Amino acid sequence: MSRLTISDLHVDLGDMPVLRGVSLEVGDGEFVGLIGPNGAGKTTLMRAAAGLLPSRGTLAISGRERLSPGERAKLISYLPQEREIAWPVAVEKVVMLGRAPHLPAFAAPGPRDVAAIKAAMRRMEVDGFAKRSATELSGGEKARVLIARALAQEAPLLLADEPAAGLDPAHQIALMRVFAGLAHEGKSVVACLHDLGFAARWCTRLVLMHAGMIVADGSPREVLTPERLRTVYNITAFLGEYASGPLVLPLDLTSDE
Amino acid sequence: MSENARYRLVLALLGLMVAALFVLSLATGPAAIGLRDGLAALFSGDGAEMTLIMREIRLPRAILGLMIGGTLGLSGAVLQGYLRNPLAEPGLLGISASASLGAVLAIYTGLSAAFAFALPLFALLGAATAVVVVQAMAGVGRGTLTIILAGVAVSAFAGAMTSLALNLSPNPFAALEIVFWMLGSLTDRSMVHVWLAAPFILAGWLMLASTARALDILTLGSDAATSLGVDLRRVQLLAVVGTAASVGAATAVAGAIGFVGLVVPHLLRALVGAVPSRLLPASALAGAAMLLSADIFVRVIAPERDLKLGVLTALVGAPFFLWLVWRSRRTML
Repeated sequence: MSRLTISDLHVDLGDMPVLRGVSLEVGDGEFVGLIGPNGAGKTTLMRAAAGLLPSRGTLAISGRERLSPGERAKLISYLPQEREIAWPVAVEKVVMLGRAPHLPAFAAPGPRDVAAIKAAMRRMEVDGFAKRSATELSGGEKARVLIARALAQEAPLLLADEPAAGLDPAHQIALMRVFAGLAHEGKSVVACLHDLGFAARWCTRLVLMHAGMIVADGSPREVLTPERLRTVYNITAFLGEYASGPLVLPLDLTSDE
Repeated sequence: MSENARYRLVLALLGLMVAALFVLSLATGPAAIGLRDGLAALFSGDGAEMTLIMREIRLPRAILGLMIGGTLGLSGAVLQGYLRNPLAEPGLLGISASASLGAVLAIYTGLSAAFAFALPLFALLGAATAVVVVQAMAGVGRGTLTIILAGVAVSAFAGAMTSLALNLSPNPFAALEIVFWMLGSLTDRSMVHVWLAAPFILAGWLMLASTARALDILTLGSDAATSLGVDLRRVQLLAVVGTAASVGAATAVAGAIGFVGLVVPHLLRALVGAVPSRLLPASALAGAAMLLSADIFVRVIAPERDLKLGVLTALVGAPFFLWLVWRSRRTML
């Protein structure tokens, strides 16, 4: 089933067009890496897909175009780029907020919710400090707590904006494994990524954005060509093969003026 | 589980404290009335003069102390949660300043002398004007910063107009009346004041309390909260209009009483944790307890001088707040 259907989507911020006719379809079991240089429109695309920005064009979640905020919250979990936790609240309480769409007002979390919270905390390895105040954590720990919050929501589509930023290599790999695992379970994951090596190694599909448009969409091998790295990113890279997939290692800026 | 039990215990203790202070407030005053006699006169209604004092002077004073203190504590907690700003307080939206301006205009024009309830009615009108301006400014954007800046501008304008009224005041007595009124007090309020303020205050409480769950989710920021199903426009409307109704009515009958709404949520965070929804009932109770005790205190330490309530709350509140900041400055950095 198509979890996310976007067709000819336009978004303007003020007078500036930021998305200029984007079309994208994401199905069950896909782990899509959304890549592209700074300012390409990745975050805008994520926010528009999550229903946070007014947009023109077609946007359907699980085949439905008209959704109430409550219905949307059950179908999409969205992880913003900004890692905001305003108050010194215990880690488990932050993760519990992910259950809000499933709880009627003033209801205490039931066994189903508790199980989801525990599973999400275990998956992101934050269960060891569940009682600690979330504002006292390191940047990487806080990032994992917020990802656990998004996982606890248990929506069929996860939109994660730069989830790996600030994580150490081990936790970046662990995160990629978690996302690949979600896709394997039949869920859909779209993640903005800047590390092309990780994106090529773990994503089932890459979508390359440039100047508000999608310029390439396909398997990592199809998308990451020396030509595109030069024209879109202005870099040269070593492209190779590794036992488990394609290998991308950015080397230098392209030396044309 | 033990955490929940602790929370309920704190709420129960605060509730008991408020009840005890309410009774103590009824027992405080220049007329020497024993607590038992006073309560008997209050309920039986056959004590002639004593009944009159209890029903017409002390009861409205105690009820207003309870309602206004609760209002300041609750709206302070809601605004801090909604704006995700520990410096937010009920005066921030410009509502107290505008309500004060309305009252000052009623005094200045002499309307309050001709018709006693012109003052609270003008104050309510002032609060309503402020909320319309702040909502209109902030309605378009989603930023909490817009609300804060609009509130600052409204406060500054209302403050300037109040100063102008003082400046142009026809006689020193009117100026003195304006200044005294602005200091905040519960002296000589009647049951009519209670009936005037109660509907607005109770409606405001309902609106403020209904934001509880959304405030918890807003801990994650506005984008994450929206994606979790929170309707930010609705939350903003409830927080702003709820504050305007309750704080506007409180200012209309008692003048501007500062620092309670700022200090109480901070104090309670140490006791019940920082989860915004938990803070709301606790802050409301603690606000009521703080204002009732301050109002008892002004009557006990200076019964002849009519020490103003707003002076005391700021006098005690400001150094206390400084101490709180001093204590938590390591964790804030």
